[in-house]
Amino acid sequence: MSDSTEVRSYTVRLELVDRPGELLRALSPIAEHGGNLLSIFHERGNVTPRGHIPVEVDMEATPEQFDSIVDALRDEGINVIQAGAEQYTEELTVVLVGHLVNTDLSNTLERIQSATGANVDDLSLSAPEGDEGVSSARVRLSTNAGGAGSALETIRTVADDKDLRVIEPLTAGETA
Amino acid sequence: MRLAIVGAGAVGSSVAELAGEYGHTVTALADSSGAVVDPDGVDVDVALDRKDAEGTVGTAPIADALAGAYDVLVEATPTTLGDAEPGFGHMKAALERDRHVVLANKGPVAERYGEVRELERESAGEVYLEATVGGAMPVLSTVADFGAEHIEAARGVLNGTANFVLSRMAAEGLDYEHVLAEAQDLGVAEADPSFDVEGTDAALKCVILANVLYDREYTLSDATVEGIRDLPGSALELAAEGGRTIRLIGEVQDGAIRVGPRLIPEHGALAVTGTRNIVELETEHAGLLDISGRGAGGPETATAVLADIGRLSE
Repeated sequence: MSDSTEVRSYTVRLELVDRPGELLRALSPIAEHGGNLLSIFHERGNVTPRGHIPVEVDMEATPEQFDSIVDALRDEGINVIQAGAEQYTEELTVVLVGHLVNTDLSNTLERIQSATGANVDDLSLSAPEGDEGVSSARVRLSTNAGGAGSALETIRTVADDKDLRVIEPLTAGETA
Repeated sequence: MRLAIVGAGAVGSSVAELAGEYGHTVTALADSSGAVVDPDGVDVDVALDRKDAEGTVGTAPIADALAGAYDVLVEATPTTLGDAEPGFGHMKAALERDRHVVLANKGPVAERYGEVRELERESAGEVYLEATVGGAMPVLSTVADFGAEHIEAARGVLNGTANFVLSRMAAEGLDYEHVLAEAQDLGVAEADPSFDVEGTDAALKCVILANVLYDREYTLSDATVEGIRDLPGSALELAAEGGRTIRLIGEVQDGAIRVGPRLIPEHGALAVTGTRNIVELETEHAGLLDISGRGAGGPETATAVLADIGRLSE
């Protein structure tokens, strides 16, 4: 933030409530505060654990404009889950097995996200025995470069607390 | 070469049956209750028929087999943990007489590797152990050919039973219990499958690989081991939706040994099916090298024993 007039590119990840007009409401503050919208990635079919729709917005703005945009989005009650020039570069997929629902899956994911700075991009849950039984979840996370290893450590710790099994990828960070 | 074979289970009896074809003579054959010893050559068929009928290959004490005339002792008694006895003692007796030892029993080299190499140094005999890792697959001889210092990591599927269970679960969408019962009916899994499904067997092979790769003593207690028991079918389904599958993978890397169910690419080299095994070596100058084949079974493992005996004959 040394030079506040320099235009940079930013990526903002938002979680939108699934109702008409919500996307437009989220985009208005960007134009209103002088940001230049570059692209919108609207993951319509991909609902977050909280039932929201993730949207990724790329824009150009000065650091000052960007701060006002993020403030304005938050004032509008829009959930900004990640804001900044930071790029996610590593992907990590794990399968969790155990009493996922009973042990509060969204809390599990929040703990993983908040402790690692990783972002849950995708979640699939299979609970053939219902909420009381053993279920499995495939979780795809993106982390900063070099962050997959520490994210995995955190996942192991959280899983250990909740008596869940973690099926790790063979090599942390592999995308194959 | 004259062979004394201790252990007359699937591997030991296969070595005895195939020895003639490979130009060797069996001068002693022993099981847990008795032995048959003949410096001119034991009649293997008669001895194995007697084992079928009477439960033992012969009436001589096992000590006679160890003290008899032979060039190579083939140690093929069941793998035991901890002190690795009686296999370790059999091996020691042979080395102290300056005889060679070919191991099919994993115990001595997984639990007391340092002592095995110490005894070998003091002996004119040598110890070979190809058969202890990956059945018919030439894993340790490949490591020896490349030079252990040129191998950076090793990983793979080293237990056919666990692999059969996981690949059947993935292909048929069946549960763990169902597939395990099927594997038991087919004779792929034992009545007590713990050794295989809890990862112990794969871990022992990884420990041996680590001992050879790093030339120091690891034991089973140095390995981080997790099995596949009660893994739900839903985990395999979810893995498949993401283009992956789950296999029990053993890994030796950066001085650490790990065995556990891991996510791997569904169509990758490591995703072998059925009872097939694979070992992938990460080499310093030649990229990845995959060795795949039958990792268990009497004639398969006997082939590795006979390959070791062939090396001793050179």
